[in-house]
Amino acid sequence: MIQLSWASIRASKSYLIPGIILLLGLIVLAGLPSFGPKYSVIFLSTIFMYIVLTTGWVMFSGPTRQISLATAVFFGIGIYIAAILGKHMPLLVMVLIGGLASSVMALLVGSLTLRLKGVYFTIFTFGLLELIKNAINWYEVTFTGTRGRFVVVVDNNTIYLYMLAITVLTVLTAFLIRRSKYGLALQSIGEQEEAAAHIGINVTLMKVSIFAISAFFMGAAGAVMATRWTYIDPFMAFNMNYSFTPVLMAIFGGVGQLGGVVSGAIIFAYLEQILITKYPFYYMLVFGIVMVVSVLFLPNGLAGVVKNWRARTTGGRYVRT
Amino acid sequence: MFVTILDVGIAGLLMGGLYALIAMGLSLQYGVARVLNIGHGEFIMLGALATWSLHTVLGINPLLSLVICAPAGFVLGYILHRTMYKRLMVTSASPGIFEGNSMLASFGLLFIIQNLAYLIWGTRYKAYSYLAVPVNLGGALFPANSLVTLGFSLLIGIVFYIFLVRTRMGKAIRAAAQDASTAGLMGVNINVVLALCFGLGVAMAACAGMLISMNYSVFPSMGMEYTVIAIIVVVLGGLGSIPGSFIGGILLGVLGSIVTYFDAGLALVAYYVIFILLLLLKPTGLMGK
Repeated sequence: MIQLSWASIRASKSYLIPGIILLLGLIVLAGLPSFGPKYSVIFLSTIFMYIVLTTGWVMFSGPTRQISLATAVFFGIGIYIAAILGKHMPLLVMVLIGGLASSVMALLVGSLTLRLKGVYFTIFTFGLLELIKNAINWYEVTFTGTRGRFVVVVDNNTIYLYMLAITVLTVLTAFLIRRSKYGLALQSIGEQEEAAAHIGINVTLMKVSIFAISAFFMGAAGAVMATRWTYIDPFMAFNMNYSFTPVLMAIFGGVGQLGGVVSGAIIFAYLEQILITKYPFYYMLVFGIVMVVSVLFLPNGLAGVVKNWRARTTGGRYVRT
Repeated sequence: MFVTILDVGIAGLLMGGLYALIAMGLSLQYGVARVLNIGHGEFIMLGALATWSLHTVLGINPLLSLVICAPAGFVLGYILHRTMYKRLMVTSASPGIFEGNSMLASFGLLFIIQNLAYLIWGTRYKAYSYLAVPVNLGGALFPANSLVTLGFSLLIGIVFYIFLVRTRMGKAIRAAAQDASTAGLMGVNINVVLALCFGLGVAMAACAGMLISMNYSVFPSMGMEYTVIAIIVVVLGGLGSIPGSFIGGILLGVLGSIVTYFDAGLALVAYYVIFILLLLLKPTGLMGK
C-alpha cells in the first residue's frame, strides 16, 4: 500500500513540471490571435488538424493494431455536414453534429466490419472511402447537376480557436483512455485478441466504441476546417491523403507514445506547410522515403529513438522496445 | 437488342482482359509473397510512361517495348523484395505483423515512385496513336488496339498458367502460396521464390502498363485507379488464386460494361458496392481457399 502511494506521488511529481509547461503553452496559444502575426493562425490551424487526425488514428489503430484507412471518411463526413448545415445553425452545433455523424458512421462500419481480420479490414476501409466519394459525386452530378458546394465562411481566428480546443480535447482523451482500464483492455486486444476475449473482454464492443470515439474528433475537425476552404467537392472532402498522412505521421513519430505521435504530426505538418506549395513533388517524395525508412528501421518511431538514446546516455537500466 | 448485348459483352471482355492481367500480378504478390502491394498501380504507371517515352522519343514499337519493360520490371521487383520486404520478413514477429508492415512499406513506395514520375515526366497527360483503326465485330466497331490488348492479356495469362502448372518453379510457387514456411522446410528456396513472385508481379504490371498506354492517355497519378481495381478483382477471385483473379477480372470487366451501358457514372460505385458486399458476405472470394 505504502509503496503504491509513493509510486503515485512520484508519478504526479513527474507530471507536474511538464504539466505547467503545457498549460503555459496553451495559454500562449489561446492568446495568439490577439498578438501573433496574421498568418500564424492559419498555419497553426492546419497543424492542429493533422494532430487531431493523427491522434485520432492512433486512438483506434495504436492499441488494436488494425490499420484503418477510414480517417478521410470521417473527416470528409464532417466537411460535408458543414457544407450542408453551415448556413442554418451556429458553428458549435454544426461541429458537434459533424462529429456525431462521423461517430454514427463509425458505429455502423465498425459493427459490420471489425470482425474482419488484419488486411481485410484495411482494404475495406479503403474501399469505403472510394465508395462514398464516388457515390456522392454521382449523386451530385445526376441529381443536383453540379459538383461541389459552397461552405459558410468563418473568420480565421474563430477557426483557429475551435481547432485548438478540438486538439486539446483529442489529445487529452487519448491520454486518459491510455491510462484507464478501458485503454488496457484495448491494448490486450491488440496483443492477443483470443486471449482478451477469454478473460472476459467484449472485443467487438471495445473496438467499435473506440472507433466511434476517434471518429468523433475527426468529424469535428472536418466540420471546422471545411469553413476555411469556402468551396468543397467530393474529391477534396474525401481525399485519400487524409487517410495516408496520419498513418505516416504516427509511424514516424512512434505509435506507442502519445508525445511521439503529436511530434510526428507537428514535424510533417510543418514540413508540408513550407514545402508543398513550392516543391510538392519533392515533399511527397521525402514523405514516401521517410515512410519506408520508418517501417524498416524505426519500429518505435522517433519516440523510440529518443527513448533509446536517453536510456543510453543516462545509463538507464532498461529499454522498453 | 442482340447486337447491343454483344456490344456490351465484347466491350466488357476487352476491359476484363486488362483487369485480369492487372489482378494476376497483385495476386502473385499478395497471394504468395503476402505483400499487399498498394503501389501495384505505380508499376503499371511506370510501364505505361516508359512505353510512351520509348515510342515517342526513340520510335520503338509499343509492343516491342515489352522486351525492355517486362524484364526491367522483373529485376526491379526482385531487388525490392530481396532487400526491403526480406528485411521486414526477418524483423516482423508474426505473419500478421508482416502483412501490416509490408503494406505500409508499399504505401511509402507508392509515394516515392509516383513523385519520381512527376519529376521525370511532369503532370501533363500523354498519349500516342497506335493501331487506332476500327475493326468490325458482329456489327459493332471496336478499335484494333483494344483487341490487341485483350489478346496479349489472354496470352500472358495462359503462358503464365502453363508455367505454374508445368514447371518445377511453378510447382514451388504453388507450394509457397499454400504455406510458405512449410514449403521452405521441404527444400524450396523460399527467399528466391517469394522474390520471384514479387518480380513477376511487377513485370505483369509493366506489361499491363504498356497495353494501357496504347488505349488511354497516361500520367503519373493514373496508378491508384488500377491498384483499386486490382484489389477488388483479387478479393473477388479469392486471395491467392491465379485462375480466380483471371475469372474475376473478366467478370468485373463485363459487369462494369453492363453498368456503364445504363449509367456511366455508376460504374465505379458499382465496383465498390460489389467489393464491400463481397468482403462482408464472402471474404474468401469466388475461388478462395
